[in-house]
Amino acid sequence: MILKGKAWKFGDSISTDHIAPGRYFHLRTDLPELAKHVLEDANPEFASKMQPGDFVVAGRNFGLGSSREHAPRIIKIAGVNAVLAQSFARIFFRNSINVGLPVLEIDTSGIEEGDELEVDLEAGTVRNVTRDKTLAFEPLPPVMVKILGDGGLVEHFKKYGDFHLET
Amino acid sequence: MASTLAEKIIAAHVGRDVKPGEIVVTDVDVTALQDGTGPLALQQLKELDLVRAQNPAKTVLFIDHAAPSPRKELSNAHISLREFAASTGAVLSEINEGVCHQRLVESFASPGDILIGADSHTCTSGALAAFATGMGSTDVGIGIATGKTWLKVPETLRVEITGEFKPGVYAKDLILHLIRMIGADGATYMALEFGGPGADAMTMSERFTLANMAVEAGAKTGLFASDETTHAFLDEQDRGESYRELTADAGAEYARTIEIDASLLEPTVSAPHTVDNTMKATDAVGVKVQQVFIGTCTNGRIEDLRIAADILRGHKRNPETRLIVTPASRSVYLKAAREGLLEVFVEAGALVTGPGCGACVGVHGGILGDGEVCLATQNRNFQGRMGNVEGLIYLGSPATAAATAIAGHIVDPRVEFLA
Repeated sequence: MILKGKAWKFGDSISTDHIAPGRYFHLRTDLPELAKHVLEDANPEFASKMQPGDFVVAGRNFGLGSSREHAPRIIKIAGVNAVLAQSFARIFFRNSINVGLPVLEIDTSGIEEGDELEVDLEAGTVRNVTRDKTLAFEPLPPVMVKILGDGGLVEHFKKYGDFHLET
Repeated sequence: MASTLAEKIIAAHVGRDVKPGEIVVTDVDVTALQDGTGPLALQQLKELDLVRAQNPAKTVLFIDHAAPSPRKELSNAHISLREFAASTGAVLSEINEGVCHQRLVESFASPGDILIGADSHTCTSGALAAFATGMGSTDVGIGIATGKTWLKVPETLRVEITGEFKPGVYAKDLILHLIRMIGADGATYMALEFGGPGADAMTMSERFTLANMAVEAGAKTGLFASDETTHAFLDEQDRGESYRELTADAGAEYARTIEIDASLLEPTVSAPHTVDNTMKATDAVGVKVQQVFIGTCTNGRIEDLRIAADILRGHKRNPETRLIVTPASRSVYLKAAREGLLEVFVEAGALVTGPGCGACVGVHGGILGDGEVCLATQNRNFQGRMGNVEGLIYLGSPATAAATAIAGHIVDPRVEFLA
């Protein structure tokens, strides 16, 4: 499947406080409402202007900080197709896979705000249509391919009733 | 095979040697949720029709991030945690008990345990030689219901500490210095292992401060070997029987080793908006501060409060600087009361609150105004962290915080009050 959308550019060190600010702590039990504020502290216009299918494109260590799984969940609920970054913080990365949000480690330096992207998850490539360039992303570890392929950890458990992961 | 502490603990759980990079499914000994991450975890268990706790006595639900509740939505979230505890026999840590990580080291985590918690600072318990790591709600929810999780065996970064702190320099200064050295992603996916004569000489309180901030370098956990200091701490908690000695093997392989001479360190602060953006306190002198916050799982223990009280005793806070003091747990609160520390803080013009996380996570009780600066003893200074994207947070030790509260601007505590 090819995912198509526009790039929204963010910098380095986007924390889970940027993605799901603590001042909306009370909305954590109302994720569609919390999703209206997604990434608000990094770009206040993002949530209202992004279109379903768009991509979050960031620099280093995306998602650092707290373990709040609400962060990748509201990125997904907002309709973001995938997050592309130079690198990810560990807990955010694992949470994203668990909730079925593709997170791709790739050199994002050549992608600019508004670029049209096509992501081929199976082939492992990102085509920048605007700049006519194709780059490969780092393949996910097999254990994560498995969980993401099942649709997240809850779906994995529904399917197998247990962990079915050991390599 | 010579093993690091992380490898040794995981190997003991899966019954065979393990090497970095391997994926294992392992039993977990302790599982923890808090009021920000718990309701989502329980919702996932409902969806899986797995509303149960495999090991209820070691499943702990903490009401600490919004304690007492400032809003009805959060009050309702708390009800869901209380109901789960009541129906499964899991332990509920109520609004008066304190911050989850302090409570975990006081009452639940033991050497050799694997502990998973839906809070990133779960790594704090690593100071007790437990493989303690933060995960998301779904991972921990499934850990609670099944007693299992999956892990990638991490590589280990060894931090070899020599020397002793000079007066006015503390564990907080060391960990801020380390994070500066390796960066906020310098240990991503790795375990930190603190050792060497400097680490062996540290109190448990100092070890907790270092382990707590392992995640600020991206690490999965921050481990110390267990020793007589660990044993004495567990004895004090009436848990001496849970002690066992665990050390890394000589010849264990480390991805990287970093040496730090504690005697060369100076009071250090992190400037906005990342933890690795550190500078010497002397280079931040003069930054006006509207709020000082002393507390949290990083530096809200009795030892931290004693350090702050020794500086504040007989002084008043600067009239333009608010001071909030939050003991990390009920036990710390009670000790501080009995030792007369709360009186020192109140006399100095502090607001002393009950134990909890509220101010540090920007939920309630200490939210910054636009353009306001806070010097806090917490572990994070991310933009928006204390409830306002326009706030500016500096991190420092309890000594730096106390001295700053008196001066009204950031100071090097050695120069101002310890000379």
